[in-house]
This record gives sequence, structure tokens and C-alpha cells, in this order.
Amino acid sequence: MQLILEKRPQASSLMNFLSPVLAIALTVLMGGLIFAAMGKPPLSALYIYFIDPLTSWWSIEEVLVKAGPLVLIGVGLAVCFKANVWNIGAEGQLTAGALMGAIVPIMLAEWQGPLALLAMLLLGALGGALFAFIPAWLKTRFGVNEILTSLMLVYIAQLLLDWMVRGPWKDPDGYNFPKSVSFDGWHLLPMWGDGRMHLGLVIALVAALVLFWLMRHTLKGFEISVVGSAPKAGAFAGFSQTKMVWFCFAVSGGLAGLAGIIEVAGPIGQLQPHISPNYGFTAIIVAFLGRLNPIGVIFAGILLAISYIGGEGVQIELGVSDKTTQVFQGMLLFFILTCDTLILYRLKWVSSKTKNVSAGETL
Amino acid sequence: MPNKSNNHASLALLQVTEITKKFGDFYANDSINLSIKAGKVHALLGENGAGKSTLVKMMYGALQPSSGSIHWQGKDVSIASPAHARELGIGMVFQHFSLFEALTVAENISLALPVELRQGDLSQRIADLSKDYGLPLNPSALVADLSVGERQRIEIVRCLLQQPKLLIMDEPTAVLTPQEAKALFATLRRLVEEGCAVLYISHRLEEVKQICHDATILRHGKLVAEVDPQKETAATLAQLMVGSSVHQVSRQANDQVGDILLQLCHLNQKASTPFGVDLVDLQLQVKAGEILAVAGVAGNGQGELFAAISGEELSPDQTSIIMFGENCNTLTINQRRCLGAAFVPEERMGHGAVEHLTLTDNILLSRHACNDTNAPLNRGWIGIDRSQLDQLNQTIGLDYDVRKSKEDAVAGSLSGGNLQKFVVGRELNRQPKILVINQPTWGVDAGAAALIRQAVIDLSRQGSAILIISQDLDEIFELADTIAVMSRGQLSPIYPASELSREEIGLMMAGSHEQSTLASGA
Amino acid sequence: MSPYEAILLTIITASTPLLLAAIGELVVERSGVLNLGIEGMMVMGAVCGFAAAHVSGSAWLGVIAAIVAGIAMSLLFGLLTQTLITNQVATGLSITLLGLGLSGLIGSGFVGLPGVQLANVSIPWLSDLPYVGRLIFGQDPLVYISIALTVAVAYVLSRTRIGLIIRAVGQSHDSAHALGYRVVAVRYACIAFGGATSGLAGAYLSLVYTPQWIENMTAGRGWIALALVVFSTWLPGRLAAGAYLFGGVWILGLYAQAMGMGIPSQLLSSLPYVVTIVALVIISTNRRLSVINTPASLGQGFVPDR
Repeated sequence: MQLILEKRPQASSLMNFLSPVLAIALTVLMGGLIFAAMGKPPLSALYIYFIDPLTSWWSIEEVLVKAGPLVLIGVGLAVCFKANVWNIGAEGQLTAGALMGAIVPIMLAEWQGPLALLAMLLLGALGGALFAFIPAWLKTRFGVNEILTSLMLVYIAQLLLDWMVRGPWKDPDGYNFPKSVSFDGWHLLPMWGDGRMHLGLVIALVAALVLFWLMRHTLKGFEISVVGSAPKAGAFAGFSQTKMVWFCFAVSGGLAGLAGIIEVAGPIGQLQPHISPNYGFTAIIVAFLGRLNPIGVIFAGILLAISYIGGEGVQIELGVSDKTTQVFQGMLLFFILTCDTLILYRLKWVSSKTKNVSAGETL
Repeated sequence: MPNKSNNHASLALLQVTEITKKFGDFYANDSINLSIKAGKVHALLGENGAGKSTLVKMMYGALQPSSGSIHWQGKDVSIASPAHARELGIGMVFQHFSLFEALTVAENISLALPVELRQGDLSQRIADLSKDYGLPLNPSALVADLSVGERQRIEIVRCLLQQPKLLIMDEPTAVLTPQEAKALFATLRRLVEEGCAVLYISHRLEEVKQICHDATILRHGKLVAEVDPQKETAATLAQLMVGSSVHQVSRQANDQVGDILLQLCHLNQKASTPFGVDLVDLQLQVKAGEILAVAGVAGNGQGELFAAISGEELSPDQTSIIMFGENCNTLTINQRRCLGAAFVPEERMGHGAVEHLTLTDNILLSRHACNDTNAPLNRGWIGIDRSQLDQLNQTIGLDYDVRKSKEDAVAGSLSGGNLQKFVVGRELNRQPKILVINQPTWGVDAGAAALIRQAVIDLSRQGSAILIISQDLDEIFELADTIAVMSRGQLSPIYPASELSREEIGLMMAGSHEQSTLASGA
Repeated sequence: MSPYEAILLTIITASTPLLLAAIGELVVERSGVLNLGIEGMMVMGAVCGFAAAHVSGSAWLGVIAAIVAGIAMSLLFGLLTQTLITNQVATGLSITLLGLGLSGLIGSGFVGLPGVQLANVSIPWLSDLPYVGRLIFGQDPLVYISIALTVAVAYVLSRTRIGLIIRAVGQSHDSAHALGYRVVAVRYACIAFGGATSGLAGAYLSLVYTPQWIENMTAGRGWIALALVVFSTWLPGRLAAGAYLFGGVWILGLYAQAMGMGIPSQLLSSLPYVVTIVALVIISTNRRLSVINTPASLGQGFVPDR
């Protein structure tokens, strides 16, 4: 007997829905095994990891605060991946957006008011988009693979941020810590709840809904899916591959940059060498787990946010490494890709009929 | 020349008994029997999708049968792999060559040989054998630089090096000029005289009558007849293949030829990919009410020509494409559509239509830009007018007899013929004044081909200018008012169809018109 | 030791992990598979190599453990992309993310512990030759292994039947399948080879370069190795040259930093990444060269019909 894949005559819409559920289940199962292997009680560890974050309003707020940037970046990447454009440098674009947006509070500190905040957000988006235009330009002009360039630029952006907060933008009264001045007044996002929830969440939700409409109902959404899945048919429809690359990098870079400025103008309140716990990379998982569908991305973003908070939880309560978060996230992407196979194929047992023939050449 | 001898079945070289192949619930082959004798050319006939390729792939070990048995020289065998088939003495020349473009001829041949045949000076043996059989080849050439005919020679030579007892050829002449086909037949005759058996797959009936001794006919995966092709006519064979009388395309004389609607003036375009073909100084014109066919062996610049005329590929320096008297070099494909042109590319799946999209979405693909329906299909942020698309889909389905599992099925679920009817219907539904169509009926069943050809003729007789790019000479003679021949990116002068013979076209396909002969036009 | 010797030595040390990881990926890509998981396989090699060496006290056991870890990660990649036909780009990313996380988890108990260094080769008399002794006869064994692997890969790919089959599979899996070659098996083998060399490259970092475990100690080298393969246009000789060039840039940056010439250290640290981008642009401008050598079915999944 041999297990083979058989192509379904039509993509299974049931599996399209079930696949993420199955992937989550497999991740939880594997997670339990890993906890057990580390000598921790698997069930209570899993409880702390996945359920505990949802049992108090305080931690739910924490989850939402983390979900905000994940959703914001994730919806942008969903558009990219749908169009077969591989921007994996969102972390760098986030950094660039934070830097650009911080021009207002750091260099124009006197300028206060709602317009200043708006300018910060717009500059943040612009910074992310401009930074994303580097790989877009290299791809469309020279044909350079965008995966490698966008990723290299992450390191460059982070080093740039490091230099800025240790050099030109270091807070003169900051006891030589690598930090910028603390933002205040209209240079911070409006907050509510217990003082953690902020405007960024609303922005993320609006972005997701707008992109959902765009993808689902407009010609642009149709263009994205055609160019991504059948480039020649895209050319036949008169859709330009080049323009699509620019569009995707503009959207995903802009949203990542926006997420960057929202983080520094929200939960963090100033520039520092590390402004993101790998949101830009985790958002890749969010995009896939959300089926590259902006509504799905909202739920996926919340789930991945739980994995951050839960990771902190198990670290505090069970003393395991905070790296469990990254392991869970990695496994999740791994399993979602595995389960996605079942959308297009079904598994089937066949009897292996191959008799012992001397195949002249087999390698 | 061929004479049928009533050999007993036990003398068969290869005997296939009750063989069945299922893909899911679909029977690609249903209890087929076939027996091939040494020293004979056996034809395997059937329409596209009748199951010919599936059957021979099982004989060559590339597919495993679901049930049934294969006897080789009287012994029950299970052919596990192509390597095993070759070891038994079965060689195969594929319709889609199994060649590697970036490797040399010798490397390509070596990959298909068992270890003992690779020893010694392979290049020398290739050179010797190819010379002996009149199939000239340079062992150190890169495949990417070779013509289709030369590529087929590689396939044949690598079979012959193994001295096969049975040679399977899948649609070998589909991509050849008539002269190349003649040379191939000479090679086959010599092989048969040497005692080799040939299984010859084709849907070209004249050829089959010319060289085959026996014929097996498949339809919808079932065996329908075993006949002596010498005793049949092309018409009776066709009827057996199709299962009903073949619809004849009717073509009235085009007495109302009008103005020139489509014109190329000295079109030069560099290939955009390293293995592409440069277009050199192309000139043609198509008048209203006229069908111009561009004949030629595939890969001689037809794809590039289509891309240039349609505007899929814009080149900044071209100044030479004129539609309706208007210079449209800088216009995109959609702007050209809006002028009244329509295009049907060669590949149905992946170019003309997207496999996983529904038919309505596939209509949107080429119809979103021009306002040639009641109201714009694309309404910006409000979204796409789905109800209108549904209506269009229904109309196209009815007008062009598109058979589908449900009204708005995904394109991938349609058969090749039905999808081609849909793709052509989608464009004809617009009543375009210019139609450019690349390989209109390549690989579709006879019924769909007849419907498409009739629709194209009808459109031209209503005063549209039609450019057909085709490698099928039968189709060209059925449709064309005028003919030009393309080879290596160059185009012959245009001739009236009535003044050309197949042989003349064949010579031009091989390049007789190029450069020096360009001046001596019609 | 003269300063020029010291610089050359460090350049070789910096280049070797790049060369090791890239030479494996070159073979993987020649077979038509794009494995973006190098960073993940490498970092797993680094942590497992360090852990095994630390526990056993034997650097060579560490090397073996690193190879095994690299192969294990690569087979996960193979399982998904070859058997389950998943998207190779996304799967490679998942291997990288998983590797970075898992290595952190495994290595959390090893941070700050002393490592075991793989000893340099020492040949009596030869290694003591002036100027060239250390350079040619006194490197660590993995340097020689990396060079031997490069030569072997170059030879196998261009001169042997196995190489021809790998190239054929990467050129057109459909043709290779039609001729009866087992495309998926060939690709699995190449993927495993790539995993082995990536693991080895990781071991080089944690057993030779800096004999300790530091989180994310690969620092993007896996990605640079990927860029090197593109830069080399899939030719091993060019790959080796590229690797040493990159190592040189890396080390010159460090030296400039050490000498404190007033250039911000971040600018110098970003040099390898900037150079990578520039190199990719330069190689892309010669499109015909890269297109001809590009494995035509690179990154495409293969599903045989049954």
C-alpha cells in the first residue's frame, strides 16, 4: 500500500475552511508533545498558552494590541502573496515607517495638534512604501528577485534605526541610553481601555475591510488574483505585471510602515533599537493562516497575537524559554502549508503494483 | 504498397488484452484490445481525448493500467517504467518531446540510453546512425537552438540507437512540413523492412492510408473498430473516429472584400526572451470580409507575432501595426480591443482562460475594458456587474454550444473542445471587426473544430477581417482566402489560397522564401 | 603572523560557512528546487552541533550532529514540497522561521556555556612555512572539506552521469519523468545534500567561527548564501569566488570598524547586505547569462500523473 495524492476535480471549499482549523489542531498537538518533552505538564501548559490570555480583560487587551500590527501588515502581505509578489521584508518596511513617521515628534517637536498626528501616520506609511519601492524597482528594472532584496533590506533598516537612536536622534537627556526623546501630546495615538488600546486597532480593522472589498468585488482584486495565478492570462487581460509589482509593494510597504509608526506612537512611545517582536515576519504566517483573505487575516492576527501573549505566559509561569512562541508560529505555518494541500488534492491509498522488475535506470 | 496479411494473433509482437485505465471515476481506456505485429505499421486512430495517449503511455511504462494485461513476444509482462519498456525493445517518440533545452543533443540522447549503450564514442555513433537513416544531427548542438523537425530527429535517433522492436510515434507529423513528413515516412518504411513494428498515432487520415497496414480506432476511451486502412476511405475512417457523420464547413465565396482593416508594415521586433524568435520585417494586410492564414511550423515566431499584434507585448521602437487605418503601436491590448479588435491566443488554459476561475470571471478577463455591453462591466469601487456577466455567459454557452457541468462552472472542468468554443465564443460574441486567432482548433475534437471554423467564416462574411495563425494545413485550406507562410520570424508574400499547393507551402515553411526570395512575391 | 596573513585567514573563516551553505543550495537549485530554508537549517546545525560537542566533548560529534540536524530539517522541506506539493517559497520560509524558533528553544540551556573548538590542521614543517604555511596547510578541517565539496560538485555536475541527471531533472521534470527518471527521488536526494551542507555551515559557526551558542547566530548568512547561488549563475567555480569575495567584504567591514575610522559601525555592519543587493543587480543585468543557466523548472512542484 502506498499513500498518494490525487488531484481533486475542483478545489474543495470545505477543506478551504477546514485546513486552518486542522493546522491549528496539529500545532496544538505538537505543542503539547514539545511541552511534555520539556518535562512540563502539557495540558496546563497549553491552557496557559492558548486559553489563559482570553480569561481576563487585561490580557484580551494585550492580545488586541498585538493583533493590530499583525493584521495591518498581514492584509498587505495577503495582497502581495495573492499576486505572487514575494515581499518578505515587511519588518524592514515597518522600521522605515517608524523612522520616517518619527520625523515629526523628533525634528518638529513643537508642532502639536491632530494634523501633526495625521502627518506622522502619513509619513509612516510613506516611509514604508518608499522603502518597499527599492525591491520593487530592482525587480521591475533589473529583474532582481524580490525575496532576497526585500529581506536584505530588513537588516539594513534595523541597522539604520540602531544608528539613529544611538547617534543623531539619541535623547540628549536620556543618560546615554539608545533611545529617542519620549513622544508626547498629539505625537501619541489616542488610547482607551486600561490605557493600552489605541487608534491603531481601528486603523487595522478599516484597512482589512477596505482590502476585503477591493479583493472581493472590484476589478483590481480580480486583477491581483489573475496576475498572481496565471501571468500569461493577466497579460491577455491587459493587466501589467510591472504595475502589479509596484502596487503590491506600495500597499504592503505602506501598511507595514503604518504599523511601524503606530507601534512607536502607541505602545512604545519613542524610538528604540528594537521596536517590533518580528511582527513583519509573523505577519507572513498571519497572511497564510488567513487564507490570503483580509477577513481571515483578522482572525489569524488575533490567534498569532495570542501566541505572543501565551508565550510570555508560559515563560513566566513554567519557566520555559520565550522561544516557544517562535516555535509555535513556525509550526503553524508549516502545518497550514501541509493542510492546504488537501484543498487541491485528496489523499488516497493505492496498492503498489510495481513488481520487481529490473528498471534499467532508477536513481 | 502496404498489404494486409492475416497473421494469427499469437504471432503478435505486442498484445494488449482488456486493458482499462481509470483516472478517478473517469475511464480514459475501457477494455481495449490491440495486437501489433512485427514488420507492420499499425495505426491508432481517434479524436483528441479518445484515449490514444493514455493507451500508449501504458505500453511505454509511463502509466500503469488499472486492469488488463500486456503480452510482449508472447509473455505476460508488467511494464514498470519507460526504462523497462526500452529494455524490452519498445521505443517511443512523444508528441510533446521529452527533451532538455539547455543540454546538448548527445546529452539528451545519452539520458535515454541504458548503461551498456552509453559506452564508447556516443557522439560518433549518433553521427553515423543519423547519417545512415538520413536524419542529420550535430551531437554537440544545444537543443534550444534546433528547429522542431531537428528536435524530432533527436527523439527518433535515440530510439533507433536501442534497436527497438517496436517504435511508438505519437502524432509525429503534426509539427512537420509536408516534405519533412515524407522523409519521416521513408525512414519508417525502412525500419519496417528491417522487421521493426511501428505503432503510429495520428488523426491525419490521408497519412494513415498512405503508410499503415492495420488500424485500431478508439472513441471516448473505447475500442470501436479494427480495420484495414487500405479498404477504407478517409471519410469512413473519419466517421468511425467521430461516431457520426462529420459536419462539413460551408464556405461561400467572399465577393464583398472591403477596405484593409489590419495591416503590418515592416514590423521588426527583438525577442524578449533568450530563446525567443526575432520578428523580421513582417508585412501583411487583411481586408474586411477576408480570412488570411499564416501557416508555419510551431516555434517560428507565431507566438511573438500574436503578442505583437494583440499588444500583449509592446515594443517602443515598433511603428508598424495599423488597425482601421490607425497607427496603434503604442496602444495596449485593451485599447486595441476597444477599437474593435479581438484576440484568441494559442493556449486555452493559462493564457486565454484561467483554470480555477469560473466562466463568468473568464469572460471578464477579456471584456472588462470596453463598453461593448449594455453598461460597463467594471464599475470601479461599486464592483463588477455580475448579473450582466451571467447573462453573457448564458448567451455564449447557447450560441456556441459550450457543454458544462453547471452554468457557471470553473474553466478547468470543461473539456478542451468546449473550452475552446467558450474562448472563441467570448470574442465572437462581441462581433469584432478584426479577429486574430492563433491555432483556432488545435487539439480539439472534430465537432468543436467544425463549429469554430464555421463561426469564423460566418464572421468574415459579415465583413470582419480575420487573421488565423495555424500549423494545420487542412484547417488553412478549409478557411483561408489568402495565405502567407512564416518561418524563422519571417513572412512570405501573401498568396491567394487557390494558387498554392501543400508542397509549395511546405517549401516555404522550411524557409525557401526567406530573405533572397522575399522580392519575388505574388 | 603578519597582518596580511591574519586578514586572509579571517576572510577564509568568514567565507567558509557561506561557501558550505551555498554549494549545497546550488545542487538543490540545479535539480529544480528552491529551498529558502537555508537560514533555518543552518541555525539548527549550529545549535545541534554546539550542543552535541558540548555534551560529548568531541567537536567531530558536533559536526555529525549538525549534519544530521540539517538533513532532518531539509527532509521536512522535502516532505512538504515534493510529496505534498506545497509552495516552495512559503515552505522555505516556514523552515527558516521554525529553525530559528526551535534553535532558540534547544539552545536556551546552552547560552553562555563554553564551546568546543574544532582544532586546526597541523602538518609538521608544512604548516610552519613562512607566509603560506598557516594559510594553506594550517586551516581547520572544514575549510578543506568546503573546498573539496566545491570541486566535487563542479566535477559531478559537469562530468558525471549523476550530474547530468540532476541537471536534466532541473531543466524539465516532465521530460525526465517521461524518460523514466524518478524526479521526486532525485530531488529528495539533492535536498538532503543541501541540508547536510547547511548543517555543516551552521556547525562551522558554532564550532569554529565563534565556538559558542548565540541566538540567531547565522545573522542572515543563509540568505546571503542564497544570493550567492543566484550570483554564481549556478556555476560552482563562480560560487567559490563569490563566497570569498563576500567573506572579504565582511571582514574588511569588521577591520574598518576595529580601526575606528569614524565610520558608524552600523554602516559597516550593513555592508554585506548592501553588497549582496548590488551583486544581485550586477548579475541580473546580464540576463542571457543567467537565463541560460537557470534550471528551467526551478521552484515548480512536480506531480506525476498516475
